[in-house]
This record gives sequence, structure tokens and C-alpha cells, in this order.
Amino acid sequence: MAFYEMLDRNGAVRECYAPVQHWVEQTGIGGLNRRLEEAEAIFRRIGITFAVYGEGGDPERLIPFDLLPRIFTALEWRTLEAGIRQRARALNAFLYDVYHRGEIVRAGIMPADLIYGNAAYKPEMAGFTPPGRVYSHIVGVDIVRTGPESFQVLEDNCRTPSGVSYMLENREIMTRMFPDLFAQGVVAPVDHYPDELLKSLKEVAPPACKDDPVVVVLTPGSLNSAYYEHSFLADLMGVELVEPADLYADDGLVYMKTTYGPRRVDVIYRRIDDDYLDPLVFRPDSMLGVPGLFDAYRRGGVTLASAPGAGVADDKAIYTFVPDMIRFYLGESAILENIPTWNCAKPDECTYVLENLHDLVAKEVHGSGGYGMIIGPKATKAEIAAYADRIRANPAEFIAQPTLALSTVPTLGEAGIVERHVDFRPYCLVGTQIRLVPGGLTRVALTEGSLVVNSSQGGGVKDTWVLQI
Amino acid sequence: MLSRTAENLFWLARYLERAEATARLITMGQRMAILPGAHHREEWKSIIRVTGSQHLFEKDAVIRERDVVEHLVLNTENPVSIRSCLIKARANGKSVRTALTQDMWEALNEGWRTLESYDVGEARAQLATILDWVKARAMTFRGATESGHLRDEKYDFIRVGAALERAQSVLRLLDVKYYVLLPETDVVGGNRDHYQWTSVLYALSGNRAYHHVYSGVYSPWRITDFLMLNRRFPRSVLYCFDQMSYRLGRLAQWHGQRRPCHDSIELMVDELAAKTSGDIFRQGLHETVQRTLNDCNRIGVEIAEAYHFG
Repeated sequence: MAFYEMLDRNGAVRECYAPVQHWVEQTGIGGLNRRLEEAEAIFRRIGITFAVYGEGGDPERLIPFDLLPRIFTALEWRTLEAGIRQRARALNAFLYDVYHRGEIVRAGIMPADLIYGNAAYKPEMAGFTPPGRVYSHIVGVDIVRTGPESFQVLEDNCRTPSGVSYMLENREIMTRMFPDLFAQGVVAPVDHYPDELLKSLKEVAPPACKDDPVVVVLTPGSLNSAYYEHSFLADLMGVELVEPADLYADDGLVYMKTTYGPRRVDVIYRRIDDDYLDPLVFRPDSMLGVPGLFDAYRRGGVTLASAPGAGVADDKAIYTFVPDMIRFYLGESAILENIPTWNCAKPDECTYVLENLHDLVAKEVHGSGGYGMIIGPKATKAEIAAYADRIRANPAEFIAQPTLALSTVPTLGEAGIVERHVDFRPYCLVGTQIRLVPGGLTRVALTEGSLVVNSSQGGGVKDTWVLQI
Repeated sequence: MLSRTAENLFWLARYLERAEATARLITMGQRMAILPGAHHREEWKSIIRVTGSQHLFEKDAVIRERDVVEHLVLNTENPVSIRSCLIKARANGKSVRTALTQDMWEALNEGWRTLESYDVGEARAQLATILDWVKARAMTFRGATESGHLRDEKYDFIRVGAALERAQSVLRLLDVKYYVLLPETDVVGGNRDHYQWTSVLYALSGNRAYHHVYSGVYSPWRITDFLMLNRRFPRSVLYCFDQMSYRLGRLAQWHGQRRPCHDSIELMVDELAAKTSGDIFRQGLHETVQRTLNDCNRIGVEIAEAYHFG
């Protein structure tokens, strides 16, 4: 039985949800649904859309937005915050280690193959220390809840986690449409996120930068699915949004082409995959990228955020070791639990997975977006058999986890309030300091009973409230 | 500012201005085509010709209103069609989102797919509404720019692009007049000639302003004077040149550097300002229009070179 976050053990509305309950009663379901249409019209007009590759249809669609906020109490947030910060520190310590002496391997805690044989590991980074020893400057930690006091980490995102624009826009829309809900000031604000991001990025300016650092956001271009977010963040930080063709590297420094001629760039918040950063180093066949960029990076002429190769820390097979990393690097025990994970690369665990696939969720190690996974209890026998064959063919490519009773939260349905499963992604910023805005993105599986929250598969988003009292 | 941003803003403004200009051309075509004794086909043919779209038709094809609606409103293969211009304007805007205010973006984004849903028959039935809507889109964007955008170099690039495109569109409108008269046997200054000239004014929403300036007496010389040489009417060629000169001058100041485009625009202003409508007719309206259009094309290239467009 899933934990319904609106009610307590006795079936009474929890205090933190009381204002929302009151608001729903006042406005009525019909009224709320009308307001939802208004909200969607605003999203469409502002142009907050996302693209889904390879599915055809509308190239620019809206993510469905749910009006009812997901709420965390101040106490709950205190635990979450401590756990998220701890994880961000450990993951960066791990990245420093694997690109230097590899103490965690020497200590026998992690197998060398798993790290150095990983596709996301970039040997070009070995021996290089990025400014501030920061590799992952924005850590997105995907968290699920399975009980009143039970939060678990589903996965980490150390490269360039997306979705923060929804956190900001959802709040913007909610405050615009329902100012009364915020008038009492109990909801912690999130709109300083762009300032915090800019501060964090400036803190990791490269050695060659002597003045106020020039920060840019690097996007693959306006056809990218997250382009709206790229431009949105650049806009709110007041920095240039550049494409690879706008940049060039010369003798260890990076410049952007402006109407005034070349201008130095110090910190690049890049929303482009490692492979497309620099064709001289990563993918010679790539038409994208800035030749010489990586050389400039290694010579201290520019900072890349995140660092190339940071993805090795968020691999699904590496994930299982994060509690060990926390113990090894920080000498602490993990505040947020991992979900028990069977790694099919290990023969005994693989056997267990194959025998119990009907009870498990199995995923591809390198998959994302909810694709290439199977939810055992919801799959047919034939689907399970087919998936088992795939695992047998290539065990190292798969992991499996128990099917969790993900918590549900109140969601607006056509006829009334319904319960839907959610997850949560906060965005932890790492510069010389660690910063965490009280909030994040709550994704909701809008289909009844569904556990898949990905926007490409029927997921929607909600405003997330962290209460200050 | 990024050169790519400058280029995109410059072209964004041009595409929107061009969409509006095409709408105004069609409006003019409609007016001309309903005049007593008009030869419909020639009117529409001349419209097609000044937009450079004649390659879409057989040499001696008869061109009707529905062809114009198809190719100048809806056809995405034709780069000057209204739909093409709106799509390109939005694409340019999208790739420089950060350079636009929210209101400017919303003006571009709102209803950009509206024309997708029309077939030629429906578009013809709704033509007046569609053309008004296009003009309103362009005006909303201009208003949003005017009322909210920083007066920085981005603003200057937008205004230069818009002024250049507008000058060219007025010149093309005037050239329709030239084509319509060929091979005409009507007496210059006759009834039909009069209506055609006033149609040009109407298409540019300039008839009222014209009355104020010239006390209501229509003549080809005065109308030409008004549309080419008047320095106060914002849809006259010289006004647009003045605007470009001012904006390019500001860009030269921002950058602390003068380039060939700055000398060219001053020369263009001086040459045109020195003319009277009598001169224009003596040298030939069509010839003057063509020469001025060439100047416009050349300065477009010079601006691109000066600011490192891709």
C-alpha cells in the first residue's frame, strides 16, 4: 500500500496539506479545472515547451502541469537537504579520486573495471584538477518516498540535469494565479536559483581569469529538447547563450564572436554532451563542438561545468556504491538510503534477478528517460521472457531493483482529487560552497496506477513547496 | 553582443516587416482588381512579379487571386510567403530568446501556427481577416519592442533591419504600378490611373496622412514625392533611409568604428534627398526604383560584413 502524502495514519488530512484542502473546497473542482486551462494557455504563450526525439508529432509540446502542489514540511526538508548536500560532496570527491590516485579502488571498495571500463570515464581527464576540485557543479538527485519517514535515492545526475526551469516556472504560475496561497509567507521561495547558479559558476573561474568572470551557457541550439531551459537560465543569469559556432579557442583561451570582435569567455555552463564538446579530443567525426576547447580547459584558460567525464559518477552501476563513497570519503553514513539494487554484472545477483524478474524493475545501465526498462509486476509473461533473454545476452548492461510502493500525492482529476505517484529532483549547486534552493521538480505519473513519471511517457509536473515553519 | 545574435535580430525584424509588406501588397492587389474595368490578371501578375515569385508560374500563366493566396500567403516553399516569413521570424527569435523581452517573444510566438490550418479556399474566404491579423502581429511586435526593449545595440540592429526591409517593400509596391501600366493604353492621369495610385497609398495606410500633407489632391508626382521623399511619413523610402542612417550611426558609436556601410547610407540619404519627384519621373520611376533597390541590397551585404554575420 503506497503512502498517500496528504493523509496521516488515521486518514486525517496532514497539517501541511490543510491550506490546500481548504483551497480546493473553496474553489471547487470545476473552478480548478478552469484555472488549469488558463495556466496551460500561459505556458503555451510563454513558450515553455519541450521536444521529444524520434516520436514525430508535435515538435514542441507542453509538459502537463498539475495545479495541486506537493508539500514538504520544514522537518522533512531538513533531512532531505542534509542528505542531498552529503551526496553532492561525496560524488565530487569520488570524481576527483577516480581521475587521480583511485584510492577507492586501491582500498578494494570498488572494482577497477566498473570505473575505468565505463563509457562515461574520460581518460583525457586523468591527472587534471578542475578549479575548486569541482566536477559536477549541478547535482540532480532523484528521490522517491515510500513512507512518512522514508526517502530513497533513485539515481544521481551529475552531468547537466534538466528540469530546473519547470521548478521556477511552476512556482511563477502558481504565484501569479493564486497569490493568496503565498500571502502568508510559509512557502520557502525558490526564485533566487539563477543567482545562486551564477555565484557557483563564478566561484570556479579558471586560473587565467583575473577579472569578474564571463560566464556563458552553451547550447546545442534551438532544436534541442531542453532549449527553452537553456535560454531561460541564460536570461535569468544575464549571460550570453552561445552555440558551439559562436566560440573558438586560440592558444589556450576561449573567445566568443561578437559584433565588437572576439571576447574572452571564462566559465562555460555547457548543456552539450561530452562527446560533442571538442572534435579534436572526443569525436573526430562530430560537426559540433569547439576545436581546442579541451586544451584550453586543461591549460586553465576556461572552466567547463560540468567537467568532461563527470558522468562516470551517475552511472546506474556505480550508483550502488554511493553509500560506500560517503563512508570512504566523508567518514559519514548515508543520510538518504539507496534503493537495493542487484547488479547483473555479478553472476549470483544476475541469477536472482532472472528468477524474480516478475517482482522487480529492471533497467539498462546506460538508459534514461524511462526507456528500456521493464516493470515486472505490470509486464506480461512474454515481455518478461523477452527481457530475460536480453539480460542473459549482456548481463553487465542491466540492473534491477524491487518494485517500490512510491508515495502518492493529491492531483487534480476531472471529477475530483485523485492519488498519483510522484518522484522529486532537487538541484544542488556546487562551487567553492554548496548551495541548495529549498524546492525542486516534482514529477507526477498522471495515469492511474502508473509509476513512470517521465514527461515523454505521460508524466507531468507540479509545484513543490517546502514549508518554512 | 554575439554576431549571431545581431544577425538573427536583424533578420527577425526583416522577416516580420516582409510578412506585413506581403499582406499590404495583397491588399493593394485586391483594391486594384475590383476597380471598374480592371484587367484582373495583370494586377495579380504584377504583384507576383514584384515579390520575385514569377518562377512559380508558367511564363504566360493567367494568375488569379487564388494563386496569390496560395503562393504569397500559404506556400512554405516560397520564401516571401507570409507563412514562410512568420515561421522564419519565429525561428530567428527562438534562437535569440535571451535578446528578446518576454512581450516581444510572446508577440512572435502567439499564433505562429495559425496559417497551418488553412487551405486555399478557406484562406480566400477569410483573406481580409488573415491580412489584418498579419499586420497586427507585426505591429504588436513593434509595439513590444518600442515599449520594452533596452535602447542598446540589439535594439539598433532590429530597427536597421526593419527600416531596410520597409524601404525595399515600399519600392516594390511602387514598382507594381510600373508593371501594371505595361502594356497599358490608358492615358496617364486618367481615371484608372488615379485609382491605382490611390491604391498604393491605401496599401501603405498613407491616404489620411497624404491628405494632411497635400490637402487631398492626388497626383502621381505628389504620391511619389510622398512615398519616396517625405521625411515625416514613416513608410516613405527616405524616412527609412534616415532611420537606417541614425541607427547605423549609433552602432558606429557603440563600436567606436565606422565601416563602409556607414558611408554608403549617408550617400544613399544624400542622393535621394537631393531629388524631386519631377527628377524621378524624368529619370524614369522604374529605373529609379530599381537603382534604389540595388543600393539597398548592397548595404545589406555591407552591414553583414561590418558586424561579422555568419
